[in-house]
Amino acid sequence: MQLKQSLHHDWLSNVRGDLLAGLVVALALIPEAIAFSIIAGVDPKVGLYASFCIAVVISIAGGRPGMISAATGAMALVMVLLVKEHGLQYLLATTLLTGALQICAGLLRLGALMRFVSRSVVTGFVNALAILIFMAQLPEVIGATWVVYVMVAGGLGIIYLFPLLTKAVPSPLVCIVSLTALAIGLGLDIRNVGDMGQLPDSLPIFLLPDVPLTLQTLEIIFPFAITLAVVGLLESMMTASIIDELTDTTSDKNRECVGQGVANIAAGMMGGMAGCAMIGQSVINVKSGGRGRLSAMAAGTFLLIMVVFLGDWVKQIPMAALVSVMVMVSIGTFSWDSLKNLRKHPPSSSIVMVTTVVVVVATHDLAKGVFVGVLLSGLFFANRVARVLWVDSKSEEEGARRYEVIGQVFFASAGTFTEYFDFKEVLERVQIDVSRAHFWDITAVNALDKVVMRFRREGTTVEVIGMNEASATLVDRFGVHDKPDAIERMMDH
Amino acid sequence: MQKTIALVNGAPHSVNVCDYAAWAAQRLNAPLELLHVLDRHPERAPVTDYSGSIGLGAQETLLDELTDLDEKRSTLAQHYGRELLGSLVQRAKETGLERVESRLRHGSLLEAVVDLEPESRLFVVGQTPAQAGAKAHLDPHIEQVIRALHRAVLVASTTYREPRSFALAIDGSATSRKMVETVAQSPLLSGLAGHLVMAGDASEASRKEFDWAQEHLRSAEFEISSSMEPGHPESVLPTYLKTHNVDLLAMGAYGHSRIRQLIVGSTTTTLLRTSPVPVLVLR
Repeated sequence: MQLKQSLHHDWLSNVRGDLLAGLVVALALIPEAIAFSIIAGVDPKVGLYASFCIAVVISIAGGRPGMISAATGAMALVMVLLVKEHGLQYLLATTLLTGALQICAGLLRLGALMRFVSRSVVTGFVNALAILIFMAQLPEVIGATWVVYVMVAGGLGIIYLFPLLTKAVPSPLVCIVSLTALAIGLGLDIRNVGDMGQLPDSLPIFLLPDVPLTLQTLEIIFPFAITLAVVGLLESMMTASIIDELTDTTSDKNRECVGQGVANIAAGMMGGMAGCAMIGQSVINVKSGGRGRLSAMAAGTFLLIMVVFLGDWVKQIPMAALVSVMVMVSIGTFSWDSLKNLRKHPPSSSIVMVTTVVVVVATHDLAKGVFVGVLLSGLFFANRVARVLWVDSKSEEEGARRYEVIGQVFFASAGTFTEYFDFKEVLERVQIDVSRAHFWDITAVNALDKVVMRFRREGTTVEVIGMNEASATLVDRFGVHDKPDAIERMMDH
Repeated sequence: MQKTIALVNGAPHSVNVCDYAAWAAQRLNAPLELLHVLDRHPERAPVTDYSGSIGLGAQETLLDELTDLDEKRSTLAQHYGRELLGSLVQRAKETGLERVESRLRHGSLLEAVVDLEPESRLFVVGQTPAQAGAKAHLDPHIEQVIRALHRAVLVASTTYREPRSFALAIDGSATSRKMVETVAQSPLLSGLAGHLVMAGDASEASRKEFDWAQEHLRSAEFEISSSMEPGHPESVLPTYLKTHNVDLLAMGAYGHSRIRQLIVGSTTTTLLRTSPVPVLVLR
């Protein structure tokens, strides 16, 4: 009953909405799959098969119903060098390894690591992604004739103005259909999808990548696979939390990690490239009323039907139409509020956000951007907590002094801690009361040792009070949540 | 204090649920609690925007829109829930019951009943009346509630008639012995004209059980007329209830394995669907 219920809940509670949303989303998946296959240096069919496989498999295996996964720009950008130097077969092998790594990550419950990624890093990631998607469209228009510019502008016009007329028909569809009709009708000599490489002409077939199973192969593909795995999981986890927020529901992050892995393995075996969740398309899905697993499955299926059975028409679509749709996706992905908040938020969080964006745009690698962002936000945090330290001193009698340490002593504040002590003063006895301080790491204990040592060298007797309470925080698994009164005692002493 | 909890959802039959619950609470001398659950369905989408275009600040705008929509619907549902409970509390008090409370909860019906189980004695639920011409089917929520709980559940019928007689259906199994004991102890049915019905084959063992049950109920000062009805319970019992003008059916529930139910269907579900009178499901 439980299983039956959850199956019903996930698949059949929103059938109409899911199917229609799936159709709308498929229209936004096709341009991304085609555009980024070209950027990765492979035929559009590699991206399109991948999008189909990933969307369908993740709808069953994923942990976030209503989220759309397919071949994405973020992943494609990582593969460029691999395809250029080693070719398609190595890409397929890398896709399989990526999937395996993601399954491991899911089984090891690494989804929990997402809690170290702060809001600013997420915003930076999203903005960087939007910029990357936008930049990826530029080669199509730079150096093109004025006709292309007019068509892209016209396409954007249709996408944003058509909904004012009716919201019953997807405006990207109207854009694609009318620009294609225009290009065919006027016989315009501009680039279309057919010029970009092979499109799918049949349903995908099962095949294993044709690479030698040697250590050398592993050496080539492993670095790419690990980056792909990390980028894919990062974008998927972030998209999942965005969908969580939008729909006010929860998701199973570790199941999503495993699901992404399974989907990528399926894609690799069907001749597709690695992919992950997509923020823009998932937002479109939720906006169009997609909530259940059926929406992702419908999107993948509609995509394949459209591409395989309407292939001759798809070839005629001018690239300008796809550029318009992708510019829309990039605009919709960008977090507009983050620009308004740049001056409102504390400088440290704005710096983290901007740095993340800059690193990603410079390296075309979202994993590096997030890594730098997380590191930076960790440093900023340590720096802030380091200021929560105060050492008070009183001299009650001649030749004796009592220091009282209050606050957090750890690697970032150990230097400040030492500076509070005056070793020039000639004293016989010193008391250091640390019972209201917390020593978080070995650096802190070491700093105290040094202070004691220096006093001793000056001929001063040192007595440390309350070391036991202060160093309770030293153990790695320190936690106060299991003892109700522990937090109060900790704050008191 | 163990309560009688009535699950009301605002459908027309809620009135009958309330009436039967008031009757049961009075007989059990237990407080009555009317429970209405506000179940939001985030798995269903409220939007009809298929434009598929996302512009500046798409996420933020969408989040605002969806939150606004949820807020409006939830506020409305809350107002409605309070009004519904208010009027039903009034109705229950008019029957002379003093201790009537109401409770409004978020979440699913199933979660709510499982949470409230420890403070409950009896649950009262309502059968949605079958539409004319449509094949009668059991509200899936009722089955879920019955399966999830270890308390007696009274499934109200579509019209209220104060019970003056009841039929206790047994099948000669170990659980039916327990049922007989429960009925004998409880004040809910005491004083009512009783019918002891054994449906099924008349084997030696079930004959013995039947005699024991008769004996046990008589010793608990029940006036019992008894009958052995050979045949399938699903077909025999409704006929018996009609011909003898019985007001309430008491029986056990879901005795067979899931697999068997999948193939031949559940006797309990069929009876709940076809019974012309309220059914007291004993666990």
